[in-house]
Amino acid sequence: MIEVRNLSKEFEDHLVLNNISATFHKGIVNMIIGKSGSGKTVFLKCMVGLIRPTSGEILYEGRNLLTMKTKEVKRLRREMGMLFQGSALFDSKTVLENVMFPLDMFSRMNKKERQKRAEFCLERVNLLDAAHLYPSEISGGMMKRAAIARAIALNPKYLFCDEPNSGLDPQTSQLIDELLASITKEFEITSVIVTHDMNSVMNIGEHIVFLNEGVKEWEGPKEQLKDADSEAVKKFIFASDVFKKK
Amino acid sequence: MSLSGLLESIGEYVLLMKQVLMPPDRAREFFKEFFKELYKLGVTSIGLVVLISFFIGAVIVVQLALNLNYPFLPSYTVGVVSREIILLEFSSTIMCLILSGKVGSNIASEIGTMRITEQIDALEVMGVNSANYLILPKIIAFIVFMPVLVIFSIFVGLMGGYIICALTANPPVATYVYGLRAFFREFFIWYAIVKSMIFGFIIASVSAYFGYSVKGGALEVGKASTDSVVINSVLILMTDLVFTQLVMG
Repeated sequence: MIEVRNLSKEFEDHLVLNNISATFHKGIVNMIIGKSGSGKTVFLKCMVGLIRPTSGEILYEGRNLLTMKTKEVKRLRREMGMLFQGSALFDSKTVLENVMFPLDMFSRMNKKERQKRAEFCLERVNLLDAAHLYPSEISGGMMKRAAIARAIALNPKYLFCDEPNSGLDPQTSQLIDELLASITKEFEITSVIVTHDMNSVMNIGEHIVFLNEGVKEWEGPKEQLKDADSEAVKKFIFASDVFKKK
Repeated sequence: MSLSGLLESIGEYVLLMKQVLMPPDRAREFFKEFFKELYKLGVTSIGLVVLISFFIGAVIVVQLALNLNYPFLPSYTVGVVSREIILLEFSSTIMCLILSGKVGSNIASEIGTMRITEQIDALEVMGVNSANYLILPKIIAFIVFMPVLVIFSIFVGLMGGYIICALTANPPVATYVYGLRAFFREFFIWYAIVKSMIFGFIIASVSAYFGYSVKGGALEVGKASTDSVVINSVLILMTDLVFTQLVMG
C-alpha cells in the first residue's frame, strides 16, 4: 500500500500540486485521472521520487520515501517498475537486452537464468518474437509491451504507469489495459496508472483518484465515480465517449 | 550568460561529477559499456584523425619550406619545426578541438536525447545511478583512447610531411628526416599525451553535463550539443595555455 499525505509541489511560485492526500491499495488497479494539466504526471513523478515535492509524505508500507537515505531509496526503487508515456526503452539495446537490463544490474542470477527470466516476461506480454529487434524496429504498442516486460522483470511490488495508452489505437489500448490488470492480479502488485482515458478507467480501474488543477477533487471506488459529488468530476467523465454512447 | 548563471552551471557540473566519479553499481556492466564507448568514441575517430593529420602535416611542411627559405637557416629546420608544431600543439590541442566537435556533440546529443525521452528517468526509477552508468564509461574510454589518437595523429602528420617532401623534394626527404630527428626531446611526447588526456576528460565530461542537464525537446538537445562544442573549445584553449605555462614555462 502507498499512502500520500499532504503532498504539495511548487515550481517557481506556481503551485502545481496542492496538499494532496491519497491511498493506493495493494493488488488492485489504482488510477489517477483528470484533464490535461491537472498535475497527474507531476504527482506520479513525485510518488516515484523523480521530482522532489515541496512538502508532504509518501509512505511505502509506512516507509517515507522523502526521509529515506540514498541507499534505502535505491533499495525501494528495486521494488518499483515504471512504464513511461513514451515507453523509454533504451535505443541502443534490443528488446531482450532492455528486459534483461534490470536483471543485469541488480539480480544475482547467472546469464542463462537472466535470459530465461527476460524471455518469461516477454512471453507474458506476448512479445517473444520481437526479442532481438531494436525499439526503432517495433510499433508503439509493442514498445509499451516491451516496457511492461522490463518493468515486471524484477518482480516489483509497485507498478507505475504514465498514460500507458497514449498514442495507441483503441484495440491496442484495450490489450495494454488488460495486460496491466492481469499482471496486477497475478503478481499482487500495487498498480498506479495515470490516464485521462475513460475507456481505461471503466475497463480496469478499481480505485480512482481524480485531480483537478492540482487539487484532489475526489477519491473512491470506480463504481461510485458516476455519483461523485463534484462538478469537475461529472464534467470530465460525461465528456467522454464512454458515457455519451450510453 | 550572467555571472550567477555561470556559477550555477559550474556548481551543477561539480555535483554531476561527484555522482559520476563513484564506483560503478556493477563492474560487469561498466566494462560492457566501456568497451562499447571505446569503439564508438575512439576507434571511429581514427579515420577523421588520420585524414586531418595527414593533410595538415603536409601543409605545415609546404608552408615552412616556402616561408623559412632564408640562407642563414639550415634546410633541416623545416623538419625540426614541423615536428615541434605537430607534437606540441597540432596533435594534442588542435586535434582535440576537432574531436570536441565530433565526440562532444555526439555525447551531448546522445545523453540529451535519453533525457528528453525519459530513458534517464527510467534508469533512476530502477535505482541505477544514471550519471555514473551513462557518463563514467564515456569519460574513462575517451581518456584511455586519447593517447592512441594522439600517437596516430603525430605519426600520420609527420608522414604527410614526408610524402610531400618525397613529391616536391623541398626539402629533400633525407633533410626532412634529419630535421625530424634533430634536437628531439622525448619529454614532448609525454607532454602531448598527458595534455590530450586532460582534454579528453574535459570533452567527455563537459559534453555529458550539457546533455544530462537538457530540459525540453529536440530544439534544446541541438542547443546543448552546440553549446558543448563552444564551451569545450574555450576550455581546451584556456587549459592549453595554463598547462603549457605550468609544464614548459
